[in-house]
Amino acid sequence: MKRFLIIALVLVLAVLTAGAADLKVALLAPLSGPVPSFGLSTKEGALLAIQEWNAKGGVLGMKIVPIVEDSQCTADPAVNAANKVINQDGVHYIIGEVCSGASIPVSEIANPAKVIEISPTSTNPNVTIDKAGKAKDYIFRACYIDPFQGGILAQFSSTRLKAKNAFIMYDQGNDYTVGLANAFEAQFKKLGGKIVGKETYTSKDTDFSAILAKIKDAKPQVVLLPDYYNIVNLVTKQAKEKGIIVPFVGGDGWDSTDLDLEASDGCYYTNHYSKDDPRKEVQNLLKAYAAAYQDDAGNGKVPDALAVLAYDATNLLLTAVKAAGSDNSTKVKVALEKISFNGVSGKITFDKSHNPVKSLTILSIKDGKINFDSVVQP
Amino acid sequence: MPANNETKKASGTATARRSPPLAWVGWAFLILLALGTIYYIGSKAWVNPTLFLQNFLDGLKLGFVYALIALGYTMVYGIVKLINFAHGDVFMVGAFTSFYAVSRFSLHLWPKAAFPGIDPTLSTLIGTLTVVLLSMGVCVILAVTIERVAYKPLRDAPRIAALITAIGVSFFLEFFGALPFVFSARFIPYKSPFPTTAWFIKDGIHPIVSGTASPDNTISFSNIFLIIAATSILVQVLLQFIVKKTKIGVAMRAASYDKSTARLMGINVDRVISFTFAIGSAFAGLGGVLYAIAYSSIYTQLGILPGLKAFVAAVLGGIGSIPGAFVGALIMGQAESMTMGYISTPMRDAVAFTILIIVLLVKPTGLFGEPAQEKA
Repeated sequence: MKRFLIIALVLVLAVLTAGAADLKVALLAPLSGPVPSFGLSTKEGALLAIQEWNAKGGVLGMKIVPIVEDSQCTADPAVNAANKVINQDGVHYIIGEVCSGASIPVSEIANPAKVIEISPTSTNPNVTIDKAGKAKDYIFRACYIDPFQGGILAQFSSTRLKAKNAFIMYDQGNDYTVGLANAFEAQFKKLGGKIVGKETYTSKDTDFSAILAKIKDAKPQVVLLPDYYNIVNLVTKQAKEKGIIVPFVGGDGWDSTDLDLEASDGCYYTNHYSKDDPRKEVQNLLKAYAAAYQDDAGNGKVPDALAVLAYDATNLLLTAVKAAGSDNSTKVKVALEKISFNGVSGKITFDKSHNPVKSLTILSIKDGKINFDSVVQP
Repeated sequence: MPANNETKKASGTATARRSPPLAWVGWAFLILLALGTIYYIGSKAWVNPTLFLQNFLDGLKLGFVYALIALGYTMVYGIVKLINFAHGDVFMVGAFTSFYAVSRFSLHLWPKAAFPGIDPTLSTLIGTLTVVLLSMGVCVILAVTIERVAYKPLRDAPRIAALITAIGVSFFLEFFGALPFVFSARFIPYKSPFPTTAWFIKDGIHPIVSGTASPDNTISFSNIFLIIAATSILVQVLLQFIVKKTKIGVAMRAASYDKSTARLMGINVDRVISFTFAIGSAFAGLGGVLYAIAYSSIYTQLGILPGLKAFVAAVLGGIGSIPGAFVGALIMGQAESMTMGYISTPMRDAVAFTILIIVLLVKPTGLFGEPAQEKA
């Protein structure tokens, strides 16, 4: 009986201390659905950051345990995943989601539950601010927002590409593309340009011949295609087949290893970082990522913007937890608001809407390669 | 006994022919809708005939691909009275098989590797044919397996059981394929076995050089369009020949009239059904490869929409009728293309499925379909 009691006591203590020594971080990524390459990159970036912290002893003596859920870039699965990790797993921190259309509903659940959500890549402003325009207390993001991105695209089209007429095509059911299209239109008109056509499609479309025929008719000097890489591949290939050589411009949704570089030759897109950036944060990550992840041919992988932002978001969170000194989401939130962090994607500080103030990179596609074009400061 | 039969027959025809009152309201609405559409598109075509012709060509491209898929639906329904919802996913498997053959194994390059001095065009041709035949073969094996495993045991069960099974097989193929060790859930950029070239028509046919613009107000088309059109028409002719002139074709027609009597006549109905599934899926696989070359982004749920639209096409043409499926598919392709060009792109699926509703309300047997025959 005595031996049994001792063993039971040891086991209970072990369980208690094991539980207390873990920091649970949930990761909501679109591992299936329309943009699985985004999900994979996000997962790889976040897990690499967690692995590096754990190798140095975790944070505040606690081992960091990631809980990965597939949120499919869509509202319903994301909400289900968020409910599960908050209620069943009891996490205080969520890194996610990638797509604005999923991050916004997740933030509506996380904020009242005092769970910190840092979205690595959702660019729609409504992720961090509520309908009244006030910042949601516990929601942050690691990337710039669409009004900034759309505005820079309009500026770039007007000054660099010298475009007077622009054509906009976007997915009407996607918060991300709608936000970017509106921001672009507003800024382009302000700079004196004219929008000669505005066409919508749905995310399931594969045949864009009708819209491309309209583009040919309207003769713009630039076409805005602010969608994800899967749609971009289809549109640019069909455009080349129809003999349309107008440059397409787009946002960070283009960034993927699955992007068809031959079809999108001559196009530009805005992104969060460039691997040619000589800063030591970038070069260190490139080495660590290539060592941790290899592609099918056995070469070390190069992180895309999704991976970089997930890495930065996770590091932001863990740095804030360390600064706060405890696993208490209110204290961590305060630490995040005051943080000044040198991330791979740039120096990150938060403004009062919990959006980072950081720079943007423009990339161009030429001869089957993605090239660094320019950096734009806020 | 004879008296009984006659009265039965008389009353049967009487109840079948009486149409509901106010049917003319429905007919009038439809005729007005048809006239309105013709006027709207006609006026737009008058103003810009080049754009209309371009939309017409794009509609043909879609229509011919749907025709390849619709053939499978209609043939299977004709014999087994089953709407094989998994057919669209066999189409998807065809696309993926050709993708792996081209990108992983470079199968389209084998003539060049085996005979280094061979003419490059001939090499591409043979290589592509090999890839296509391989995809068709895989689809045939898949479809026959599905038929033996999922549909055959339910042949005597109520038809709804087989229908639900078909839907289940469809979902299984899609989501099993999305697993990381199978096809993965990614939108994969498809690598075509031969390069696509395009031409534009203005004072003769000129090629569009990649990176240059084609002049305004010209119609353009690509080599994949020509291949799709030629293949679809050839398949149609081939199928008509098989069904009308060969022994297996006669057996298929016999089995579609009456399975038990066909069995009595010495026809191995199981073999005929498997053959029907095989042919239908071979063409679906072929359609999958062509669709992937034309719209080069493939993913496991690729087959859902084209499959559904092909099903609507088969119903429109008269399910069970092979020429009907072909004509129905061409109509569906045109409807989709004209909607995209003159109304808006998001409306095209709405229009496609509205056609289904209209067909079922007005003439459920379709354009070429025969009304259900009385069993003597």
